[in-house]
Amino acid sequence: MVVNLKHTLIVMPAFNEEESVGDVVREVLTELPGAGCLVVDDGSNDRTAQNARNAGAIVAVLPINLGVGGAMRLGFRYALENGFTNVVQIDADGQHDPASVQAMLARLDGADVVIGARFAGSGSYEVRGLRRWAMIALSWVISRIAHTPLTDTTSGLRASGPRAVLLFANQYPAEYLGDTIESLVIAVRSGCRIEQVPVAMRARSGGVPSHNAVRSAAYLARALIALVFALLRPADPANRQVRTS
Amino acid sequence: MNTTSYVLGVAAAILILVVVIELLRKRRLRERHAVWWLAAGLLALLVSIFPVSLEWAAGVVGIQVPTNLVFFVGIAILVLVCLQHSAELTRAEEKVRSLAESLALVELRLRQVETQLSRETTPPDPDADA
Repeated sequence: MVVNLKHTLIVMPAFNEEESVGDVVREVLTELPGAGCLVVDDGSNDRTAQNARNAGAIVAVLPINLGVGGAMRLGFRYALENGFTNVVQIDADGQHDPASVQAMLARLDGADVVIGARFAGSGSYEVRGLRRWAMIALSWVISRIAHTPLTDTTSGLRASGPRAVLLFANQYPAEYLGDTIESLVIAVRSGCRIEQVPVAMRARSGGVPSHNAVRSAAYLARALIALVFALLRPADPANRQVRTS
Repeated sequence: MNTTSYVLGVAAAILILVVVIELLRKRRLRERHAVWWLAAGLLALLVSIFPVSLEWAAGVVGIQVPTNLVFFVGIAILVLVCLQHSAELTRAEEKVRSLAESLALVELRLRQVETQLSRETTPPDPDADA
C-alpha cells in the first residue's frame, strides 16, 4: 500500500530531544521518501534544532516553550502556507514507528483525522493504574461524541487530512492535554470524521517516562477538566476566514 | 467618629484617586483597567465625606452594621478586578503564542531564502543538485 507522500508533512514537536531527534528524522526521511519533515523546536535549550537540521529536517524554532499544542499549530500553519494537504504528527522521542504512517495516510480517504492507537492490538504498550483509567474514560466519552470506537484518544501519533489541517491551522488548543483531547472535540464539532488505526509502540530512545501516583492523579484531573470544558465551549464558527493569506 | 478619623478617611480616598489619575495621565495605566479603580476611589470619597450616605445605603439594603457594606462592596470590586485581570492575561498569552508561531515561521522562511540566495550567488557546484 503506497500513498503519494508529496503533499504530506511530518510534524515533530520537540522539546529538549537532542539525543533522539536526529535518528527519528533520518528514519522518517528513509521510511517516507518524498514527504516533508518539519521539526518544531519548542523552545529547547539543547542542540535539538541543530541535530534535526543536520539530519535533513526543516526546522522551525519557537522562541519560547508553547507546549505540544503551540508547536502543532505552527506545523499546521506551515503546511497550509506551503501547499501540504496532510499533516502527520510524530513524537520526537522515537516511540512512534514511521512505518505505520503509510497505513494511517491510506485511511485519510474516508476520514479527516486518523489516530495511531496504541492499545488496539498491535504491539505491546502498557500503562497502569490511575493513568490507564483516565485514558479509558476519556476514550469512552470521545468515542460516544465521535460516533466511532476509539481506544486511544491521547495518542500523539495522528494524521490530519485537508479539512482538519485547515481547521487546526486556525484553532488548535495550546493547553496541556488540550492538544489531544480538545482538538478531537473541536474536529468532531466541525464535522470532521475520526478513525483509528492500530499501531505498535517502541521503547523511547531518549528520556524517561513519568510514572508516579501523584502525577497520575494530576493527569486524571487535568484530563477530565480539559474534556469537560472542551464540551462546554460553544462550537466555534469553524470555517472562519483562515488567517494565512 | 472624631475629626481625625474623618480626615484620615477623606485623605485615603483622595490619595487613591490621585494615584489612579496620575497613572492614567502618564499613560502607565490604560483606561480599560482604570475604570474599576476610579469607581472605587470615587465611592470611597463620597462615603468618607458624607458618612451618612453609608448608613443610608446600609439601611436600604438591610445591613445592620454599615461597615459590613463597605467590606462587601470592597471585596466584590477586588474579585471583579481579579477576574478581569485573569481574562486579560489569557488574551495576552494567546497573543504571545500567535506572535511566537509567526516569528518561528518568518525565521524559517528567512533561513530558506538566505540559503537559496547564497546558492544563486556562488558559482555553480557540480556536485550539488538543482
